[in-house]
Amino acid sequence: MSTHISTDAAQTGLANPELANVEVSGLTRSSFILRGAMAAGAVYGLGAVTPFVSQALAETGGGDVEILNFALTLEYLESDFYNVKGKEIGLKGAAKSYASMFGEQEADHVEAITTTIKSLGGEPVAKPTFVIPASSQSSFLALASVLENTGVSAYNGAAPSIQSKQVLAAAGSIVQIEARHAAAINLLLSKSPTPSGGFDVPLTKAQVLTKVKPLIKA
Amino acid sequence: MSSPTSEDSAPQTAGIVERLVRDDVDRKRFLKMAGGAGAASFGAFVLAACGSSTKTASTAAVQAATTSTASASATGDVAILNYALTLEYLEREFYAKVVASGLFKGQVGSLIKEFGSQEATHVEALKGAVSKMGGTPAANPNGKFPITSATQVAGLAYTVENLGASAYLGQAGNIQSPEVLATALAIHSVEARHASTLGTLVKKSLTPDGAFAKPADMSMVLAAIKPFLA
Repeated sequence: MSTHISTDAAQTGLANPELANVEVSGLTRSSFILRGAMAAGAVYGLGAVTPFVSQALAETGGGDVEILNFALTLEYLESDFYNVKGKEIGLKGAAKSYASMFGEQEADHVEAITTTIKSLGGEPVAKPTFVIPASSQSSFLALASVLENTGVSAYNGAAPSIQSKQVLAAAGSIVQIEARHAAAINLLLSKSPTPSGGFDVPLTKAQVLTKVKPLIKA
Repeated sequence: MSSPTSEDSAPQTAGIVERLVRDDVDRKRFLKMAGGAGAASFGAFVLAACGSSTKTASTAAVQAATTSTASASATGDVAILNYALTLEYLEREFYAKVVASGLFKGQVGSLIKEFGSQEATHVEALKGAVSKMGGTPAANPNGKFPITSATQVAGLAYTVENLGASAYLGQAGNIQSPEVLATALAIHSVEARHASTLGTLVKKSLTPDGAFAKPADMSMVLAAIKPFLA
């Protein structure tokens, strides 16, 4: 019943390659998270969380290094987004100060994750080349909302698969910051700071990849 | 997609906050109207208990987070869920009293109401989770909260939400069941969203710990909420 509806809403929203179309379609495109959210926000109790929990647990683990390298790719993207694209566009007002502060924090995440991967004996992935479809402050903010909210869902989706308590603590520490960024960006866009209602929706790696692939240039 | 109503109502709720964030005049008017009091002494207490919140880059901060998480007492998932439930009961009651006070009107009022109802969904979810694990949900404690002005209340809400976020973070490493962990994480990031939103309202840092959020262990959090237990 409620469980069923929630799952459907989440899945349907996820089927669209939002990121590829942000520039074209503007703000409404990033409402994919809102769609999944409606179900959760409206329904009380564990039933509201269960579909998302099973989604989080559907994540197939390739070990902590693989999860960290996936997170590193997302952080590279966010870091470039704020620190390169943000400067290119010439942002103003709150958008400018957010981009500067958030960009610094994403760069810190890149550094911390890189160090953690090395300390686990892994090899940090190289930074891909990104194609970021934003050319104005409004399209930049719309994309920021998608990236930050997707980031939250990506960490929340991957976290239960993490083996090391230390890595889990680091991921938790970072996802909380992504959530703070996401809320602030959403407020700037006059969108709900809690687009998924009381429970943030986790995404699997495959679902996250579908969203970010259009921004990664081979 | 169906039911456009939910999508439509969200932006309206956030509109005033966005204006407060962007428009200095509006914000000053809001703060003035709200009265000068500043954040409650509770805030200072929590900061003192948690240690200074300097912004440190990269691994040092993560290391600190890790250490604090690992040192928190591990008392089983049901105990952790009941601990979280107690915090959510208090948050729910706090917001209910704030809403009843009528200090916040219009769109900020709707936002506060929305956060309160989300805390209520957390209460229900955690009660359900405790029962599902064969435990007995903790009783609803009676809270007492200073509610004097909009500024004071917003400051207190900011402090409470930051505490809540760090409390969840502090338990992540202690949770055994992946299901319970996923549930806690789904709530954790929402508390962070609340804290950040309130930060924009009271003009305080959206990320008081910098790039890496710090966890709080159970004893620190329980000490911090003591003044709010009737």
